[in-house]
Amino acid sequence: MEEVKEQVSHMPRIGEAAPAFEAVTTHGMLKLEDFKGSWLILFSHPADFTPVCTTEFIAFAEIFPELQKRGVELLGLSVDSTSSHIAWARNVEEKTGVKIPFPIIADLNKEVSLGYGMIHPGQSKTETVRCVFIIDPNQIIRTILYYPLTTGRNMDEILRIVDALQTTDKNAVATPANWRPGDMVVVPPPNTQEMAEERLKQGYECIDWYLCKKKL
Amino acid sequence: MACISPDGKPTESGTKMLRALQAGLGAPEEIAKEAGLPLFRVRSGLRELTQAGLANQKEDRYVLSEKGAELI
Repeated sequence: MEEVKEQVSHMPRIGEAAPAFEAVTTHGMLKLEDFKGSWLILFSHPADFTPVCTTEFIAFAEIFPELQKRGVELLGLSVDSTSSHIAWARNVEEKTGVKIPFPIIADLNKEVSLGYGMIHPGQSKTETVRCVFIIDPNQIIRTILYYPLTTGRNMDEILRIVDALQTTDKNAVATPANWRPGDMVVVPPPNTQEMAEERLKQGYECIDWYLCKKKL
Repeated sequence: MACISPDGKPTESGTKMLRALQAGLGAPEEIAKEAGLPLFRVRSGLRELTQAGLANQKEDRYVLSEKGAELI
């Protein structure tokens, strides 16, 4: 138990470089650096051939075309073997008609899982919880989501976060609660009194000087 | 091995990459476009083809080796 605690003591954080890895996957040996220049969603699931994970994999496969439109690659992970991943993906296709188009890491030695803080001993000492790491083209972690074993992830929210991050990067703005593409965005708050006074004259929709929105 | 089968022959994706190299394309981005493969697959595939002696790397570009040319 001490060893598990020691191994999970490092948790990656938003704004940090994503931990490098070289891993066996269903698409061959892949390194993190192979994804440089693309957005990457690295996500873990507890185990192959389990019900909630199967619904998630189908859902990830269904949003895959939308992710591709946004320049995002998907990479799954669990501590199962490549043979298990291949058999599961084939089973999903056979039973549901949904092809799994993205690679899945076979993290048998838990090297990637531990590097990314995907094992939460309070939930399971052997399986990864449902993690989502959204990594930008410079390989910086931009979002981390953790879901418990019993709760399947929300694909709309994952797409929404990608849209929000890409909008923020492109336009130097922030996005308010429940933002959706096409909604107004938040203008960064002013840093000086002079800028605060000017802000109110700039034609934005303002509640006050610190909360102004604009259309893109 | 994603690009080379256990019998030593290139897979479908490996063959696409070798053909792109044969056509004179050398940058992973060019090869990905020509082969219709994701860039990450091409980067890892070229690494594999190089290790197997089917391609040679010269800085950021790749060329087909004699051994690679014999297989396509």
